[in-house]
Amino acid sequence: MAGDGPSAPREIPVALDVRSIRKSFGSHEVLKGISLAAREHDVVAILGSSGSGKSTFLRCINLLETPDGGEVRLKGELIRMRQRGGMLVPADMKQVDRIRSRLSMVFQQFNLWQHMTILENVTAAQIHVLGRDRKSAVEKAEAMLAKVGVADKRGHYPGQLSGGQQQRVAIARALAMDPEVMLFDEPTSALDPELVNEVLKVMRDLAAEGRTMLIVTHEMGFAREAASHMLFLHQGLVEDEGPPREIMANPNSERFRQFLSGSLK
Amino acid sequence: MDAFLEMVREYGPDFFWGTVLTIQLVVISALLGAAMAIPLALARMSRNLPLYWISSAYSIFFRGTPLLVQFFLIYYGLGQFAFIRTSFLWPFLREAYVCAIITLTLNTAAYSSEVIRGGILSVPRGEIEAARATGMSAFTAYRLVILPRAFSLILPAYSNEIIILLKGTSLASTITLLELMGASQLAASATYQPIQVFALAGIIYYCLTMAITSLFHWLERRYNRYMTLAR
Ligand SMILES: Nc1ncnc2c1ncn2[C@@H]1O[C@H](COP(=O)(O)OP(=O)(O)OP(=O)(O)O)[C@@H](O)[C@H]1O
Ligand SMILES: [Mg+2]
Repeated sequence: MAGDGPSAPREIPVALDVRSIRKSFGSHEVLKGISLAAREHDVVAILGSSGSGKSTFLRCINLLETPDGGEVRLKGELIRMRQRGGMLVPADMKQVDRIRSRLSMVFQQFNLWQHMTILENVTAAQIHVLGRDRKSAVEKAEAMLAKVGVADKRGHYPGQLSGGQQQRVAIARALAMDPEVMLFDEPTSALDPELVNEVLKVMRDLAAEGRTMLIVTHEMGFAREAASHMLFLHQGLVEDEGPPREIMANPNSERFRQFLSGSLK
Repeated sequence: MDAFLEMVREYGPDFFWGTVLTIQLVVISALLGAAMAIPLALARMSRNLPLYWISSAYSIFFRGTPLLVQFFLIYYGLGQFAFIRTSFLWPFLREAYVCAIITLTLNTAAYSSEVIRGGILSVPRGEIEAARATGMSAFTAYRLVILPRAFSLILPAYSNEIIILLKGTSLASTITLLELMGASQLAASATYQPIQVFALAGIIYYCLTMAITSLFHWLERRYNRYMTLAR
């Protein structure tokens, strides 16, 4: 897999460092201080029951949600926040946009831009965010579409594709940005069962390539095989974590044990 | 029938130039109105309170009062202000043609901004988030994703708005403009054949409506291909 287990050399630099993220919606405290450090080439699987805050955590990392507290660092660069009216807000939206362009996100519902062709979906941000010229953006897009196996769909619209194909396009769109870290929020949960594997296969390949990824998933088999690290969220806290095979075989927490037995039923 | 042909021979040019004027009023106010409607729609969705209040008051005034009243207020009202009468713009603002364009533009902008606002609000949230998540600024996300997507969503409603605008231009005759309706009224009183005259005017309006409808059908075919192709 990513080639780093518990014995991985310590020198591998930390790609994404997230500290004590807190987030409440109204009086509902969803995240009570969640930290995570992903070294380069790490594949971190994030588990937890529905409503445990997995999506919120991922969205706090790229600031689609503004955390109430905590710090996010990408390759050592801290996303600067400031107080305004007792709330934390980004200090510099330009910095946020720059960091986001280095952190690609893949969504449960694909969220392809319906009015653009597949090719346009994969070139738009390359051209308008990274400033690449059209020709190299198209080349990159074609390479990424080929990599996820949908090169023949370049002129189609998202609405003409199956869910599995759309999600693979979304992954190609994310890859085309040459992201330093990729965030996946339940990428297979909206798919018909027979389409799940084509997407998981693409993600396994990415893990094997050494991509740094954070993956929220309910696919336990995939998480065990592909992840180098596993995090179990419960009631806004990290309830258990460790190398997947170890903690799945020997959960430290009773909650995680229950979760595992539930999901293995 | 002879009388009808006679009337067409006699007043054909008046009808022709009246129609040209009507088309001018529609095209110019539609374009200016659309240009105004986008910032207006954004202001209506803004969290900036003064912007929100001003744009809402504007929208309520122009949607809440009859177009005829607006024509009169602008045509007769502007001259009441000394600073307008003495401004270098007065030679323009005195013109019925200019007043008609202003009135129609302000009026259609108010309605169009509501249509646009609705379109923007119906762009799926996830697609906007995907745009922001790639690092697009709010402006770029609007330009590449939100506005184009809203544009295709509002085309059917917008074509209605332009048809209503076309019919609204007929009120410009009340401020002395000889557009299609003004020309018809002159011809009617000169020939004492109101039925023939207004039937002809009605047919021309109908044809213009058809033209607008086909233009929008074409736009829909062109820009909504992604919806019709979806499975
Ligand atoms: N924008 C919001 N406003 C209010 N409450 C929210 C909002 N977003 C999430 N929540 C609440 O926060 C909690 C965590 O939501 P979140 O979507 O992060 O859970 P999740 O672990 O991703 O669940 P799932 O597995 O169902 O996707 C839920 O109780 C949810 O109702
Ligand atoms: Mg979720």
